[in-house]
Amino acid sequence: MRTVLFGPGVLAVDAARRVSEGDLAAARAQMGFSLAWHIIVACLGVGLPALTLLAEWYGIRTGNPAHRLLARRWARAMGVLFAVGAVSGTILSFEMGLLWPGLMGRFGQVIGLPFALEGIAFFLEAIFLGIYLYAWDRLPPRRHLLTGIPIVISGTVSAFFVVCANAWMNQPRGFTLRDGKVVHVDPWAAMLNPASPPQTVHMILAAFMVASFLAASVYAVALLRGRRDAYHRAGFFIPFTLGAIATPFQIVVGDWAARFLADYQPAKLAAAEGVYRTGSHVPLTLGGVTGDHGLKYGLEIPNGLSLLVGYSPGTVVQGLDRVPPALRPPVTGVHWAFDLMVAAGFFLLLMGVWLLWQWWRRHRAGGELSTPRLFLALAALAGPAAVVALECGWSVTELGRQPWIVYGVMSVREAVNPAPGLMTGLWLVLVVYAAMTVATVYVLRRLARGTPVPRAPQEGDVARYPVV
Amino acid sequence: MLADAALAVMWVGLTCYALFGGADFGAGVWDLLAGGAERGRERRRLIEHSIGPVWEANHVWLIFVVVMLWSAFSPVFAAVMSTLYIPLTLAALGIIARGAAFAFRKASTELWQQRLFGACFALSSLLTPFFLGTVAGGVASGRVPPGIARGDVVTGWLNPTSLLGGVLAVVTCAHLAAVYLCADADRERRPELAAAFARDAVLSGVAAGVVALAGIGVLHADAPQLFHGLTHRALPLVVLSAVAGVTGLALLTRRRFVAARGAAALAVAAILWAWGAAQYPAMLVGSTTVARAAANGSVLTAVLASLGVGAVVLVPSLWLLYATFQRGSPEQPSPR
Repeated sequence: MRTVLFGPGVLAVDAARRVSEGDLAAARAQMGFSLAWHIIVACLGVGLPALTLLAEWYGIRTGNPAHRLLARRWARAMGVLFAVGAVSGTILSFEMGLLWPGLMGRFGQVIGLPFALEGIAFFLEAIFLGIYLYAWDRLPPRRHLLTGIPIVISGTVSAFFVVCANAWMNQPRGFTLRDGKVVHVDPWAAMLNPASPPQTVHMILAAFMVASFLAASVYAVALLRGRRDAYHRAGFFIPFTLGAIATPFQIVVGDWAARFLADYQPAKLAAAEGVYRTGSHVPLTLGGVTGDHGLKYGLEIPNGLSLLVGYSPGTVVQGLDRVPPALRPPVTGVHWAFDLMVAAGFFLLLMGVWLLWQWWRRHRAGGELSTPRLFLALAALAGPAAVVALECGWSVTELGRQPWIVYGVMSVREAVNPAPGLMTGLWLVLVVYAAMTVATVYVLRRLARGTPVPRAPQEGDVARYPVV
Repeated sequence: MLADAALAVMWVGLTCYALFGGADFGAGVWDLLAGGAERGRERRRLIEHSIGPVWEANHVWLIFVVVMLWSAFSPVFAAVMSTLYIPLTLAALGIIARGAAFAFRKASTELWQQRLFGACFALSSLLTPFFLGTVAGGVASGRVPPGIARGDVVTGWLNPTSLLGGVLAVVTCAHLAAVYLCADADRERRPELAAAFARDAVLSGVAAGVVALAGIGVLHADAPQLFHGLTHRALPLVVLSAVAGVTGLALLTRRRFVAARGAAALAVAAILWAWGAAQYPAMLVGSTTVARAAANGSVLTAVLASLGVGAVVLVPSLWLLYATFQRGSPEQPSPR
């Protein structure tokens, strides 16, 4: 019996030689697409349970039927979203191996720990979600409320672990390579790498913002259509307030994450801000198109970036001139994604300020919280804006790391599966996801309408379970 | 030693996935065979009622196995995933369709939607275990060489052993599900449903036996190393599986549904461990052993320790989940 295990480094180089340009693009498109899809559902999976528990808790405390009905409606949506989140997340773990065997063959063991921990957290989430959704009628109200708390905690914790693994791709630590082979691993150092703190906090806050603003948007539309009863008002104000509270924190954390890049991943910051020449007194450029020597037609704020990075105009910011052309990320895409994210973030911040002003006015004058039409119309856009910020932020992280899959260590080309036919896989995946998107939106829209809500939100047979 | 422990833990995860997740797929197969909307309504309702609260938790065992394989045996993971990417992509799409369609069907009220999502759920419940079975067959018959996409991407999973694996997986899942559903129907005091599922369980059990017997010939010709292992070192486990399978059928005819569950589960678990025992210490037959593929000791220690700590939380939680829903549904929910 011939027992041979080639050094993975040798394999990766060999694989890189065998892969076609089209298949590499297809693999990147498939991974990017399925991640971009999953990330929205995952954010709802992290944030929606918190909103549901909040509504349920209000409902138990005040006996207000509007809150109790809201909790049940959201729980039903949660059931659907958790299912599609669970399966679309599973696909991602498959795709890690199907599309990027070069990465997993060499570094699978290095990033195994956070995924194992995430698996435990996700398991807990699934278990308690099963209890929470299906045992609504079997448990006393307060105990039922308690079974929801592990869902919120484990959802947040699993987001933490999985983003730690992504952070490692940006700041690979905790291993020693010898001749292309991983010889020593410190899995804890790999998981808790320098990029983990800013990335995880930024992502978890984003999850709560996306879930909150998306839920609020649905009710903002209903309020605009004249359904101004207690149910729709609560459905708007609970999530919108939560999102508005999270937003200023998120902007501070975002600033931290950007300044982290200046120290640890300057090429990504240079692409995000469109900085070509290293130097001090670097302006902050908003928008613009990529020219030969930098961004053109952008709005420049003198010294802006130097001030943001180091609080002084003299701060030196590294530009793309320090990076060989072949190793530069795609500047236009990263820069525009970054600017869009920041713009959406500040729009949400202003909406929060507006809400605060309304609170203050009611505090002074008494009566109901007023909801002017313009406010509601803009609030209806807050959900989509949060999703735009989410996707753009994710694009900055992922595109800004290109051409690396593991920053400075392994390129995407070395990692990709050289087997033929990845393009076919991409088309299949696109068709299935398109169908799933249509069905998810359709089902969620139906759930939002006035269909009866069974006592246990997931029991299909409404007839047997008394309707609230 | 550590590597063997990691392998054993992974195999426990695989067994749990087969016993719990497999039964959920099998339930989908019976959903597919339940007949028209009117005739199959009661059976479908019981299936939905039984797997609804637990399938997501059961599904996590698959993620567990995937993550264990890539953490503890990264080169094996890379080799299997890259060579067998076609059946694995199809299985992944089946997993999406099954889970999403099941949730959608629950949330829809009109017949045409329930039919559409139901068909999607049921069909993917049949295809997913089949493709996963072909992957098992490809690995067991030594068709996955080490390295990245070094094996044949077509014959790696379209071969006699893979087809045997696929068919056996589907029939076994269906058998497990039917046996489990007997006890569920019995607990819900639906004797006519219990009798129907008992008949299905016996039929699928006999079918699994026939496929397994035919498999002896297939493996002898197509996977000599596996055949040798199964008929020598792993023989006691193979015999145990056969005895448990026959006992399960006998218990079913005597309407001892809970005991039959245990026997059926033991039969499936024993055959999985027989495969493991027959192949050990090779992970990729003919090239890669457990020891050579194993991750760094520090990784294995960290992952196993984390799982140990996790189990302290998970085991009572899982018990709570199954206990909550195995108690039977309340006849008259108290109005609040």
